[in-house]
Amino acid sequence: MEALLQQFFNLAIMERALPLVLMGLRQTIVLCLVVVPLGLAGGLGFALLSRSRSRPLRWAAVVGIDFFRAMPPLVLLIFVYSGLPFAGIRPSPITAVAIAFFLNTSSYYGEIYRAGIESVGAGQWDAARSTGLKGSQALVYVVLPQAIRNVLPDLVSNTVEVVKLTSIASVVALPELLYSADMARSVTFNSSPIVLAAAIYLAMLWPAVRLVSRLERRIAT
Amino acid sequence: MEAWSRFLDAFFKPELIERYFPAIMKGVVVTIEVAAAVVATGIALGLLLAVARSFRVLPASALIVVFADVFRALPPLVLVLLVYFGLPNVGINLPSFAVLWLVLSLVLAAFAEEIFWAGILSVPKGQWEAARSTGLNFVATLTYVVLPQALRLTVPPITNRTVAITKNTALGTVIGVGEILNQATTAQSFAGNATPLMMGAVAYVILFIPVVALGRFLETRFQWRRA
Amino acid sequence: MTAGQPPILEIRGLRKSFNHVEVLRGIDLAVFPQQLVFIIGPSGSGKSTLLRCCNRLEEPTAGTIRVDGVDVMARSTDINVVRRRIGMVFQSFNLYPHMTALGNVMLALRKVLRRPRAEAQKLALAALDRVGLSAKARSFPAELSGGQQQRVAIARALALEPKVMLFDEPTSALDPELVGSVLNVMRGLKRGGMTMLVVSHEMRFARDAADRVIFMDHGVIVEEGPPEQMFSRPCETRTRAFIAELAR
Repeated sequence: MEALLQQFFNLAIMERALPLVLMGLRQTIVLCLVVVPLGLAGGLGFALLSRSRSRPLRWAAVVGIDFFRAMPPLVLLIFVYSGLPFAGIRPSPITAVAIAFFLNTSSYYGEIYRAGIESVGAGQWDAARSTGLKGSQALVYVVLPQAIRNVLPDLVSNTVEVVKLTSIASVVALPELLYSADMARSVTFNSSPIVLAAAIYLAMLWPAVRLVSRLERRIAT
Repeated sequence: MEAWSRFLDAFFKPELIERYFPAIMKGVVVTIEVAAAVVATGIALGLLLAVARSFRVLPASALIVVFADVFRALPPLVLVLLVYFGLPNVGINLPSFAVLWLVLSLVLAAFAEEIFWAGILSVPKGQWEAARSTGLNFVATLTYVVLPQALRLTVPPITNRTVAITKNTALGTVIGVGEILNQATTAQSFAGNATPLMMGAVAYVILFIPVVALGRFLETRFQWRRA
Repeated sequence: MTAGQPPILEIRGLRKSFNHVEVLRGIDLAVFPQQLVFIIGPSGSGKSTLLRCCNRLEEPTAGTIRVDGVDVMARSTDINVVRRRIGMVFQSFNLYPHMTALGNVMLALRKVLRRPRAEAQKLALAALDRVGLSAKARSFPAELSGGQQQRVAIARALALEPKVMLFDEPTSALDPELVGSVLNVMRGLKRGGMTMLVVSHEMRFARDAADRVIFMDHGVIVEEGPPEQMFSRPCETRTRAFIAELAR
């Protein structure tokens, strides 16, 4: 028990590690602020493409979505970071992370948007079009708002996933929250900094996780 | 054409494909083993916890909720590092494979519990009442009337979540589990060429695209016919 | 009819509150063997709650309920055993959608009465036959009309050979043309000697088949009596007003 507290809840070490960890937190927040909007936008693009009139575009969108959902994000990241240099492209850690995350999160958000749009009954399109609205107007004013409301829990839950995903950027030495905490761990030979980082993740994400549960339950009943 | 042949050389060099194929295959086996183990224990534990929650014993339910929230809010990599580096210092020595399996199972169990619980809640109260009023006790009602209906609803989200979590087996690289990514990056540093990495990526895609497609198929197949 | 026999269902001083709102305010009621007792009253009068207290789907706040001599509320009473003696039919049928009609009827026979499969199937088919639906034994609820579903629900309750059957607005959720089929089944049950407690608005049925009619309002029994008296010459003004309202 004593050893447990020493190894995981050593407050003195946590205090020493705090400045470094907080810098990592700032980097994580910046990363999220970049990646989430990019993913939301990219996802919408993917989803709209998947409904395009041109068959090859539709096909490309669906293949793209499935491909990047099948690929583990860490693999994609390592590929972009360590693999691309062999083709002459040398991205910085943050660029590599941005590219990999954009591709990955767009495909997930895209799939969610797609399901949302599909869940809006055909009657809605009919009603909108029959009052003279163009396809794009029907989409923007009638279908998308309903689609987004239908899949709101999934959108929120996926955003939580994206925030959690930023932790893998530590593998390519991007100094975000987990990287900084792990650095502190290796220097002190003590896992308390990581517990500190975990506490920070919990503080950030627990409310969102509760919210998702509540939203899901309201949709189910 | 110069650029194209350079590209092929960097990512698809035939000699390297041949040389490192066995290693990548070994990685595939490890990935499948970990994934299968995680799916089995994760879903079983998740179902167990959801059923336990249905007994509505407040302290137990509260603990389950806390468990589910914590393991859904924390990034898996954080948990992996915590367990891998922390446990040996308190005397528990687990091999990397076990650490990866343990963490991912608990994470899947947390998500699965919430999904199963939502499924159980969505079965109309009238079903409980009808079954109980014929004298079926709580467990029998759960087993024969409620769970069959609840589980059908959970197939799409469970498959989705399972796919997402098994992809996290790639995290095993960080702690030395010999799965695909690990084999690929090791080979890459030996070979000074990105071909093994490309092979690893291809292996993942070949493994997971069918699973993703299966998930999509199950989603459409299990649209429930309401009475 | 039932002279001298003890009541199958005996309710004394029943009270039930939901969150400080008293829905049942002291109900005394006795249902004798082979009687069909009909309960009428405005919505909110507590009729459904009364029924649901009998098999403890709702927990009474005070009072006693005895079914076939057994105190339903006693701590020593196994409620699951008591519920076998009480059949309940719900307004929304509540058939199990993932089982066929036969499966619905067989479930309790197999898991509660622990009959072997072949015997349970025979009993279940007999019950379905009594409600005229043996041809639909292999159909799923989604494939049946509302009236057919309700009849399967009756068969499901009937198969356990209860001492008394409780009907909570059995035809209120049905389209008008389907109501008759269910009422006919209930008439058949009455002829067969089943003890029944029915909450419903079907006045003509009450006139034909009921032995006693009870009028409830605001959680109390206002008046009770034989149907001819209740419908043509009720004593209480409240009763008269309600009957008049319905006759309109």
